[in-house]
Amino acid sequence: MDFAPTEEQVAIFDMAYEFGQKHIAPFAAKWEKQETIPKDLWPKVAELGLGGVYVSDDYGGSGLSRLDATMVFEALSMACPSVASMLSIHNMCGGMIDKFGSEETKQKWLPQLCSMEKIFSYCLTEPGSGSDAAALRTRADRTDTGYKLNGNKAFISGGSYSDVYLTMVRTGDVGPRGISAVLVEDGTPGLSFGALEQKMGWRAQPTSQVQFDDCEIPAENLMGEEGRGFTYAMAGLDGGRLNIAASALGGAQFALNTALQYTGERKAFGKTIDQFQALQFRLAAMEIKLQAARVFLRQAAWKLDEKAYDSVKYCAMAKAFVTDVSFEVANDALQLHGGYGYLADYGIEKIVRDLRVHQILEGTNEIMHLIVSRQMIADRG
Amino acid sequence: MKVLVAVKRVIDYNVKARVKSDGSGVDLANVKMSMNPFDEIAVEQAIRMKEAGTVDEVVAVSIGVKQAQETLRTALAMGADRAILVVAADDVHQDIEPLAVAKILKAVVDQEQPGLVLAGKQAIDNDMNATGQMLSALLGWSQGTFASEVAVDGDHAVITREVDGGLQTIKVKMPSIITVDLRLNEPRYASLPNIMKAKKKPMDEKTAADYGVDVTPRLEIIGTAEPAARKAGEIVGSVDELVAKLKEAGAV
Repeated sequence: MDFAPTEEQVAIFDMAYEFGQKHIAPFAAKWEKQETIPKDLWPKVAELGLGGVYVSDDYGGSGLSRLDATMVFEALSMACPSVASMLSIHNMCGGMIDKFGSEETKQKWLPQLCSMEKIFSYCLTEPGSGSDAAALRTRADRTDTGYKLNGNKAFISGGSYSDVYLTMVRTGDVGPRGISAVLVEDGTPGLSFGALEQKMGWRAQPTSQVQFDDCEIPAENLMGEEGRGFTYAMAGLDGGRLNIAASALGGAQFALNTALQYTGERKAFGKTIDQFQALQFRLAAMEIKLQAARVFLRQAAWKLDEKAYDSVKYCAMAKAFVTDVSFEVANDALQLHGGYGYLADYGIEKIVRDLRVHQILEGTNEIMHLIVSRQMIADRG
Repeated sequence: MKVLVAVKRVIDYNVKARVKSDGSGVDLANVKMSMNPFDEIAVEQAIRMKEAGTVDEVVAVSIGVKQAQETLRTALAMGADRAILVVAADDVHQDIEPLAVAKILKAVVDQEQPGLVLAGKQAIDNDMNATGQMLSALLGWSQGTFASEVAVDGDHAVITREVDGGLQTIKVKMPSIITVDLRLNEPRYASLPNIMKAKKKPMDEKTAADYGVDVTPRLEIIGTAEPAARKAGEIVGSVDELVAKLKEAGAV
């Protein structure tokens, strides 16, 4: 057993970290205020192969493993979890199309996805179905030339901002087998968006409802096979959850690094506050949590790469554990900063706000526990 | 034309350097190491020349411990075509002195026959700023140091040098050895696909003995010390007080 990252993985992490520090971190606060990410960032991201990390190189992707990808998103997130997560969602769509799309679908969409000429969003959740995603009600009825969509998707990262929406729709009966995945391009008649949601965190990435009113798409925009959409959506989430966890970890690591620095500078009662044992213990506990989270995350990613039978359970466990401890560590980092941590200038309160949603989206941590316990009980027999 | 780029593995510029307890040097065990930033600029220059069509092969060479292969992989991931690793030390703390490096580079040049050698103006660890000049002397080639602009045109090159007080432009005969300064370019990041491809690019491994070069140090390090810690500042109440304090200290 070898716990050391490979030479390539170190190079991947360093590249993503340096790119993030230079091209994202200095602007993170500004973008948050502007509630958007300038689109001219993406070609720079794509040039480094970050637009299609799992997509095979035949279509312009980088062909990385899930484990490699966790390094990318952890490193980028040290600059801004909100921007890193936006990229993670785009990549989740890329991974799904690469894995499940027909040759024609791949040829048509993947090169634009990898070059980030087109930004992709993932649309599963609806106003009335979140954790119970298979209950989704957005309909896609057959027409002579394709499908006609009616319904609403909620909490869509990149809603009104992205160029293509990979949308889970009901083409058949109730239940998971009646669901298909389709691609809807921005500008399609009948596609509209709700107002931008005012969120606690992740404020740099626009989020809105995505609405379909007699929105007609050609038959070729079906991704994969009809009736398999829910399977694709869940498979996408397994990898997506790893990246959401990796992004939480990167944000928390940044918060811990900042707090470690601060406690060595801030003085109280005549000494720097890192000389107080209570705070030393706090720092140690934070470090322990993040190191444990990192090892666990990488093991789950490795399981998914190896297609281990229990990889879904591991992805769920890692998502719940890593995002929970990352939030705790970010919150502790804020506490170590005292009143200054509460001020926007120090960048810590933003991390706390950003990381809160990692415990909620791509499957709430409660749903992660459900996945884990179901597998445990099934294994027991 | 073939270009040889010399790259050195040094302590990462972000790492806080610490002196070893015996004072023999900077502690390099378990410290993040990376390519000398000036050498990165040299690699970037070579790749840009290849992209512009003036160069058809970029060969990166590094001399030092075996771990310098990581540094060479970085050069390959940036776009160099192949690499030559010359193992000249076992201990990460042994610095190979400029003359020994220049002698090995000369042997590599004799073998590879490049039309141009590029390197950083100096390495950020020992700040010697000597290898390029020594190599020029050993080869009998022209040299252009502290280059902030390089234009190769047939049998000569025009080089802008950053000298004290301004810029100096010189014309040198090719082949030449050019050492580059900070403002020549901004090195690219290695892309994901190129990082993965770097693994498959050829890397020859040699030793200093293969070239018959004795790398025994000629310099003796007497001691290494950390700079004195900065003293705490003082907050003054007014400009008048500030001026008075500065006068007192003889600063104005």
